[in-house]
Amino acid sequence: MKIELIVNGKQQELDSAPGETLLHLLRRIGYKGVKKGCESGDCGACAVLLDDRVVNSCLVLAAKADGHRVTTVEGLAGQDKTGELHPVQEAFLEHGAVQCGYCSPGMIIAAVDLLAHNPNPSDQEIKEGISGNLCRCTGYVKQIEAIRIAAEKMRKSADV
Amino acid sequence: MLYSLSSNRAGNVSLGVGIPPYIASWGGESLAYSEGDPYTQHGRSSVGVNRQQNREREAIIGASIVRPDAADKVRGEAKFVDDLSFAGMLYAKVIRSTVPHARITNLDFSRVCKHAGVVCIVTADDVPGENIVHVIYDDQPALADGIVRYIGEPIALLAAEDRRSAERAARLAIIDYKEIEAVFDPVAALKPGAPVVAVPKVVEQRPNLFNAMHIRKGDIEQGFAEADIIVEETYHTGYQEHAYLETQGAIAVPEENGAMVIYGTMQCPFYVQAAVAKVLDLPLSKVRVVQTTTGGAFGGKEDIPSVTSSLAALLAWKSRRPVKLILSREEDILTSSKRHPSIVHYKSGARSDGTLTAVEVDLVYNAGAYQTLSSAVLWRGVIHATGPYRIPHVKIDGRSVATNTVPCGAFRGFGSPQVIFAHESQLDRLADGLGIDRLEIRRINALKTGDRTATNQRLGKSTGVMETIKEAGKRIRWKDRLKSVNTFNEKSVYHRRGLGISTVMYGVGLGGKAPFLDKAGAYMKLEADGSLTIAVGNVEMGQGFTTVVTQIASEAMQIPMNRIHIAPIDSSRVPDSGPTVASRGTTMSGLAVINAAKKLRKRIAKVAGSLDITEEEISARLNEIAQAFWMRNLDPAVEGWAAGAPVSWNPETGLGDAYFVYSYATHIAEVDVDVTTGEVSVEDFVAIHDSGKIINRQLATGQIEGGIAQGLGFALMEEIKERNGELSVKGLTTYRIPTVRDVPSHAHVDFVEALYLKGPYGAKGLGEVPLMAAHAAISRAVAHAINTTITSYPLSPEQVKRNVALS
Ligand code: FES
Ligand code: FES
Repeated sequence: MKIELIVNGKQQELDSAPGETLLHLLRRIGYKGVKKGCESGDCGACAVLLDDRVVNSCLVLAAKADGHRVTTVEGLAGQDKTGELHPVQEAFLEHGAVQCGYCSPGMIIAAVDLLAHNPNPSDQEIKEGISGNLCRCTGYVKQIEAIRIAAEKMRKSADV
Repeated sequence: MLYSLSSNRAGNVSLGVGIPPYIASWGGESLAYSEGDPYTQHGRSSVGVNRQQNREREAIIGASIVRPDAADKVRGEAKFVDDLSFAGMLYAKVIRSTVPHARITNLDFSRVCKHAGVVCIVTADDVPGENIVHVIYDDQPALADGIVRYIGEPIALLAAEDRRSAERAARLAIIDYKEIEAVFDPVAALKPGAPVVAVPKVVEQRPNLFNAMHIRKGDIEQGFAEADIIVEETYHTGYQEHAYLETQGAIAVPEENGAMVIYGTMQCPFYVQAAVAKVLDLPLSKVRVVQTTTGGAFGGKEDIPSVTSSLAALLAWKSRRPVKLILSREEDILTSSKRHPSIVHYKSGARSDGTLTAVEVDLVYNAGAYQTLSSAVLWRGVIHATGPYRIPHVKIDGRSVATNTVPCGAFRGFGSPQVIFAHESQLDRLADGLGIDRLEIRRINALKTGDRTATNQRLGKSTGVMETIKEAGKRIRWKDRLKSVNTFNEKSVYHRRGLGISTVMYGVGLGGKAPFLDKAGAYMKLEADGSLTIAVGNVEMGQGFTTVVTQIASEAMQIPMNRIHIAPIDSSRVPDSGPTVASRGTTMSGLAVINAAKKLRKRIAKVAGSLDITEEEISARLNEIAQAFWMRNLDPAVEGWAAGAPVSWNPETGLGDAYFVYSYATHIAEVDVDVTTGEVSVEDFVAIHDSGKIINRQLATGQIEGGIAQGLGFALMEEIKERNGELSVKGLTTYRIPTVRDVPSHAHVDFVEALYLKGPYGAKGLGEVPLMAAHAAISRAVAHAINTTITSYPLSPEQVKRNVALS
């Protein structure tokens, strides 16, 4: 079947076999930043924004996304030549929140979603925001810290 | 002794002798501590180093440099193996055994072949080389040859044009079995007359004893006779699954002239190279292995990549096309190697003043159907069974046993967490029995420089165990905290608090079991613009290896990090550098890089001299020097080499120098136990490590925080039950690993740096130690809270409730 998606701002018309997940489709068309960790909704590595809501793309049928906007981790940084990082990406990079990096795309998407809805989250709210994302490397300590720092930075730049 | 106690915030505070000796002088001999007497070397060489240089170097070694690989990772641009594809690539699926022990009577793939998209099928009959996955012992067939020995064992392979066809076609295979009596329990498997699981050529004793190892030191009878108190207990632990977020996978690509290239997620490119060469009957020179960005490993990508790569290579060889094999999460959990389930019987004796007199340990590890790494895992368990304590009389027996279950392998800690659970529990029980404080009993018995370990090894200068205990106690304010815990417990009905301490030692590198693997190479090339290309043979798997090696190279070459590029790990670039395991990456590759730098700097100094460039100017004017290399046809490339300091260990007695150096740690956990639900939450946590010089504080801290989470998982929640060879979990829904909700809300991580002068800038290994210490600190805290002896993991809410009822 034919479906239409706007992926990272780009309108696309695509063929999708019945039963194909959004995860599979996105990876098939080149968005390899969307990671596959379990395909059962447990790890959050495949998280993307569907319109303005974070979803595990392994649990969403591609057909269900027809006509919607999808943002993957590749769509967060500036799309120009400088490719400036999103504040969440920058904070993850600078504050040691990345080790193997396999969970990073999903975790970053979850954090972006959290901060979009709650610009000043408490640590408890940060934890809730990423409680669907597994990371086996970091123990989450530096990720919480990075999200806290990104939130601060985003609030500051919103003020000016 | 050189100590520096460092703080998280500021730089380093030296507590002992002088500045950490980062010695570098252009053209000089003294770059690392790898040769000669380190102390005189230190004294002599530091003279020539000016203050300015010292400050700059200090800025590199020990600094929290942002990891260069993080940028691609946060952008989603890092290329993990499943993100790669090649023209004409096929997708593989493994057809696996569904029974634990059987003779295969018939294979029928006629319907598989007819399925659209299927290109090729491989069975044991097709294997061109030896049908063996080479790890340590050659007992594991790549594809089952007539007999299957565990559920999930590969029987046949297929490759198809797309993943979906491969998966669907695999379901059409018909396999007939004649079941053979199976055995799943290691103790039962050792009994005479038990079903024979193990391939006969790899057992020490029939029917199923894979490996037996022992240590005899002193006179165990006398040791117990000298004791005023003796405690004895049996401890059990189960499987632990690595649950790296990226599952196992490999791509095999046939190349011109009959060569095969493997791309994959892995820890040990040279293991993979050897395994693929064997199964395809190719010379090693025709197998090239490229490690792709690896999404976590923790030991789990030590042996299994040899399997996945061999299987992908067989299909690629037969189809003459690139073949990708990626395990699904379910397949990965059910068939990849895990931490060995253990039964540890432990008897310890101490005098009334708390000094240990004797320890006797009998450990049995369930190895599963094939050897893989069990002999090495068992060895580490045996050597580490007594912990970081001074014990005059020691008797240790370890056995690893074949059963019809999934083969077990390496997992962070490598056979030691099982015995640490036991030795830390025992020590607390002795302390309680004698009325001695539990931190105090560790201080009384902690090994010091000059003391002898269980294997009778005399410990060198880099022995910071005592400092870790003291510092951890200070940070948590042990005595006060004990009081506040007691006060809390007096008032509280449904919640109980507990404080647990755990102290561990860890032999860095592979030691006396496989000294021939403790080596590493490095290739270093000065490019014509003055930048530096480096190739090494150990791998980045998330732990920060690439960053640390870049820092070491930057320090050794005195050039900025952004002028240095570490090439992707490729087995054709450097000699066999051993596996990236045993917390050895930094030490071994670091030394190889320093060795290469030393050679290259000599050449650079010469050319600089001819250009009238002074020593001080070399770094700034390296591009001019590099140009001169190019113009004058001078060789700008060097190779570095490092071999582990010699060890001398006698397998007969179990005595000798088991490892060239040890790392240490003390962790303290405070937990809250909800006695009605059995839920445990970790309220406070202190982790103090001695891993020698810490090259990158942020990365080291991150390693420890991650290790604490994995240790917490091992102690409290991660559980796989096995019934008739079948595992109870099929994915991450049922195999629960810690989420952000489960980890401690506070963790104070810090270091005491007992410098190891033969390591790169004083560094020892770190990677595995945090997990080893963390689980025991947590389980000891739970035991303290509910005032009971805990003898098995995991402390799930049900188990805690059972223990509460017993206490
Ligand atoms: S892959 Fe979608 S949640 Fe794990
Ligand atoms: S960084 Fe490895 S899983 Fe999170």
